[in-house]
Amino acid sequence: MSALLAAGPAFPTPVIEYSAIAPMLVVFTAALLGVVVEAFVPRLLRRRAQLVLTFVALVVALGFVVAERGRREFVVEGAVAIDGPALFLQGTILVVAFVAALVMAERSVDPAGDAFAPRASALPGSIDEQELTARGWLQTEVWPLFLFSVGGMMLFPAATDLLTMFVALEILSLPLYLLAGMARRRRLLSQEAALKYFVLGAFSSGFFLYGTALLYGYAGSVSLSAIATALSVNSQASLLVVAGATLVTVGLLFKVAAAPFHQWTPDVYVGAPTPVTGFMAAGVKVAAFGALLRIMYVALGGLRWDWRPVMYVVAVLTMVVGTIIALTQSDIKRMLAYSAIAQTGFMLIGVLSTSALGLSGTMFYLLAYGLATVGAFAVVTLVRDPAGEATHLSQWVGLGKRSPIVAAAFALFLLAFAGIPLTSGFSGKFAVFTAGVAGGATAVVVIAVIVSAVAAFFYIRVIVLMFFSEPAADGPVVVVPSSFTTVAVALTAAATIVLGVLPQPVFDLVAHAGVFIR
Amino acid sequence: MFPWLTTIGVVPLVGSAVLMVVPKGRELLAKQLALAFSLFALVLTVFAALAFDTTRAGELQLTEVHQWIPAFGINYAVGVDGVALVLLALTTILVPIVILAGWHDADSSTASVKGYFALVLILEAFTVGVFAATDLFLFYILFEAMLLPVFFLIGRYGGPQRSYASMKFLLYGLLGGLILLVALIGLYVVSAQNGPGTFDFTTLVGLHIDPILQRWLFLGFFIAFAIKAPLVPLHTWLPDAAAESTPGTNVLLIGVLDKVGTFGMLRYCLELFPDASHWATPVVIVLCVIGIIYGALLAIGQTDLYRLIAYTSVSHFGFIGLGIFAMTSQAQAGATLYMVNHGFTIAALFIILGFLVNRRGSRNIADFGGVQKVAPLLAGTFLVAGMSSLALPGLSSFVSEFLVLVGTFERYKAVAVISAVAIVLAALYILLMYLRTMTGETPDIVRERVHDLKGREMLAVVPLLAIIIGLGVAPQPVLDVINPAVDRVMHAIGATDPAPVVPAQAAEGTQP
Repeated sequence: MSALLAAGPAFPTPVIEYSAIAPMLVVFTAALLGVVVEAFVPRLLRRRAQLVLTFVALVVALGFVVAERGRREFVVEGAVAIDGPALFLQGTILVVAFVAALVMAERSVDPAGDAFAPRASALPGSIDEQELTARGWLQTEVWPLFLFSVGGMMLFPAATDLLTMFVALEILSLPLYLLAGMARRRRLLSQEAALKYFVLGAFSSGFFLYGTALLYGYAGSVSLSAIATALSVNSQASLLVVAGATLVTVGLLFKVAAAPFHQWTPDVYVGAPTPVTGFMAAGVKVAAFGALLRIMYVALGGLRWDWRPVMYVVAVLTMVVGTIIALTQSDIKRMLAYSAIAQTGFMLIGVLSTSALGLSGTMFYLLAYGLATVGAFAVVTLVRDPAGEATHLSQWVGLGKRSPIVAAAFALFLLAFAGIPLTSGFSGKFAVFTAGVAGGATAVVVIAVIVSAVAAFFYIRVIVLMFFSEPAADGPVVVVPSSFTTVAVALTAAATIVLGVLPQPVFDLVAHAGVFIR
Repeated sequence: MFPWLTTIGVVPLVGSAVLMVVPKGRELLAKQLALAFSLFALVLTVFAALAFDTTRAGELQLTEVHQWIPAFGINYAVGVDGVALVLLALTTILVPIVILAGWHDADSSTASVKGYFALVLILEAFTVGVFAATDLFLFYILFEAMLLPVFFLIGRYGGPQRSYASMKFLLYGLLGGLILLVALIGLYVVSAQNGPGTFDFTTLVGLHIDPILQRWLFLGFFIAFAIKAPLVPLHTWLPDAAAESTPGTNVLLIGVLDKVGTFGMLRYCLELFPDASHWATPVVIVLCVIGIIYGALLAIGQTDLYRLIAYTSVSHFGFIGLGIFAMTSQAQAGATLYMVNHGFTIAALFIILGFLVNRRGSRNIADFGGVQKVAPLLAGTFLVAGMSSLALPGLSSFVSEFLVLVGTFERYKAVAVISAVAIVLAALYILLMYLRTMTGETPDIVRERVHDLKGREMLAVVPLLAIIIGLGVAPQPVLDVINPAVDRVMHAIGATDPAPVVPAQAAEGTQP
């Protein structure tokens, strides 16, 4: 050390605890290797190589997360916190990503190949594209993109300063913008979705970044704990901190699809390839809620008497808007999109109760919701007519008669979304509602309950359509998937039941995860 | 000790699982298996009743407690007192009868036959659990879960308007359930303020709750139970559901399931929120009286047989609610007995009418006439069931209706007098229905299609009539089981019976 000093002022080497960030490193490394695979591995072997790489990376990363479960410390010069919530959410993201990857890997449901365009740059409907389709080309670049996104998601809830958070936000978002535009069928819709997602996503990033700048101006640091300290020292909240906090929150509310920042959700969910929609709906929500919780609890905890009333309004607005508009939907993907918005409103109850109970309840809800969402979208990929997926509700009439098992799985996911007891959705709702009442937000919980009853209508309506009506003669068919999707649906359905009937192990897990370290 | 209650619940559940793997085309086997499993549950109930110590019927017995979700103080806890035991017995007695009577209910449906019986068994399991649960969370879960089998029973096997009816039923039920959920969470949060939070019923009784909050929590519980029971004005789902259901579903829905509402009022509303119960009594009693009269009047005006029976039930549920909230031991014992008697009476009415309606292919009263000439057994048994419904002395409903009225009269004379009018109205709706359907000219189509009850059908009807007559003549054994449990409720709400009225001395003052 002294020798270094003697040689003049040196750049201080940052201390990086590689073992602590190993889960993220594994995923990012695999993503980079995936790019190398794209460059050097022959086309015929690429898909296999990418799949092996992806699944191995996810499993190994999950193994590292489990191995680190007791760890509670700041690492990488305080830029990343490895604490209970971060680890639990990283684990959740990896599990959700694993199941979503299974659905993305499916190649048997579409006679032309997988869910992605053979070459996203080819003009939709062009001869070029038809030729590629005929040759059976598959676009394996989706896998590194997917892994980058997963890595960003994992970093997002663990980041402890706003800049790291911003970087994570971009890493998770950019690949998703691309993935959203790669659907094999209805390509124009898909490209439109990608553009919308990109523009609005960039917009929200702008909000986040501007808020970060204002908070930096207030606290003199972008670190969350420094902002908390500044808030506790200054007794009065200045305009700077209120404006900064608002903008950062708005950026995150965009990502979790809370009203009134939800408009992008339905179009993007509908346009994106369905396996990606499932991944995006589940993964982004988990990661963004993790970041939102950390900012609200760690940095802005001192300001909670100011932001809680606003959050009340946002939560109520989100569940009401999501539910009311979902009532009028006739497209299954669109309905699930609005249902996702409504679910965001319920989860916000956990955020605004600002307690350990609220934190653990939200985390449980995220896991339950994430798995059910991936499962539900996986089922959507299976109901097809010659033009691709049959997503109009009228095409699902009588599905229960023709494919009882697939319809039953979908019904199970819908019941979980509706929060019927003995499903995971109920356990999650129960946890956040309890936290809400204990945290003094009884009014919001009462509204949430009434909204749940209304929401039940459109979930149950689909069940009625599937089971109580006769199928149309020329209706769509439920294709028999390969083991990829079968395993995904089976896993998520099993998780939905287990988390509903025997939730205690996971409740233990979120309770042991404890609170954010400061 | 042997876990009787869990076993009684698990047997039908296993039965439904077994039914699901019965191969297609073996419908008869599925039906026989369903009957066997439900009879097995009945036998187990008999053993459980023998293990039940009737001298301590006010206490929870045959209890089992296992940790379930310790994070929220939730246990798997079951146990029965006298009231719960008789309702549990009502359930397990009615299910085999329903299966026997509904042997062909699902045959004409496009949905699978074994599915119908599997759903009936699942429903039985949940209902047993609801009556046996002593942990409020467990109770709530099963209370909600019960909705689903009924939803599918109506929606898959019901009449032409079944989608609408099943949806209305489910949404109404879910709304009630969710309101209950909020109240339940509120109760849990209160319990967590002093010591670990719990859902255990016996621990929660006597919990000190702020009076204003207590009223809100009471309302949450009460609305949920009033929807389930159903009390006017929350009854509108019942006629629709009843009109579209198969007779078997109706028996289980109105005969058993709706009792969960009145059972919940007696067990949970009164015991957990005694002060709020006293506070709400005037309104509840007015609603009950309205229900008694309104249900009876609407029943008289019905042209649809199933709807008519549904409206008589609305009237009778008013009686049960009245008995519970009159807060005298006679009235509450009467109300509990009424739950049982109404269950059996409604079962007989729906099952016999079901036979009739299925033969004729119409539920419209105007399509019938002179049935007693072509089907004397059917008409005769129906008359007995109808007489029980209008509370003819000697038949079971009389005892309970009488007890409710006497018990109410002790405290609220005017209410009892007004309610007694419904006895006249009941005679009207039952006898008019009998007159229009069973007597008079026999139209050709009725002569052609309606034939008399056969062996299997008699087998289902005879036990019901035997019980109706038996409980009418000798209700005391059942009352002996009910009374101690009712005394416990009376004690918990701090209510005492008004002093016996010696010459014209008003006893109103004894009410706290």
